[in-house]
Amino acid sequence: MGCPELPVQTAAALYLANKLNFEGFEVTSAGNKAAINLLIDSDPGKHYIRKVMDLDRCIGDIVEKKMDFNLCFVFIHSDSGISYLATFKSISNAKLIAVIFGKEIEPLIKASAGSMIIAAKAVHNPSPLRLKIDGVKSWAALMK
Amino acid sequence: MNYEILLPSSSFKECAEYIKKNFKEIHYVQAGYKIFNNYLIGIPPIPIGVDNEYIIIPYVKPCHGCFVLRIAGKEEVLKLRKF
Repeated sequence: MGCPELPVQTAAALYLANKLNFEGFEVTSAGNKAAINLLIDSDPGKHYIRKVMDLDRCIGDIVEKKMDFNLCFVFIHSDSGISYLATFKSISNAKLIAVIFGKEIEPLIKASAGSMIIAAKAVHNPSPLRLKIDGVKSWAALMK
Repeated sequence: MNYEILLPSSSFKECAEYIKKNFKEIHYVQAGYKIFNNYLIGIPPIPIGVDNEYIIIPYVKPCHGCFVLRIAGKEEVLKLRKF
């Protein structure tokens, strides 16, 4: 997760983490400091967010082959997000899912071609994005 | 680290084009290439310009878009030329 300037990002991350936890995934949430602090402060009981990581360190550890993931969700609401998506595509063996939100999502969807895309026009209200996330019945099935 | 901003807050594509257009010596690297103790973010192949002992890179910041930075780095220049 990058800059959390759009409120739906934190809600979508918490919602998605809950779904993945329920399916038995060990979820790591990586982001910049503000994005991670929003998650931590939104879930003080650690019901949804159990492991967090600085985004730069996460990228470094994947590049250095210290770790990798089965699934990688890249939260995108700007051109920077597209750069991060391309970076993960280049360095990681994870199945990539672009989670696209914001006001103008069409150019971001176009730029994310080649990845699985979950996209909704959403800025303050997370419901449109949540409905798209709910459209995927099993994330584990993506790994098969 | 001292740096000069050659192009502020733009898209990654604009930064890559700026580097390719304005510098003669260009090296292309993959995303995640380690330079100045940072891992480069961007859409590969990522152009890195070299101007004498200076490195010119696109630098993505999550909140502010992409910048073109000019940074002194003799060792990084040598490393790029060997890469």
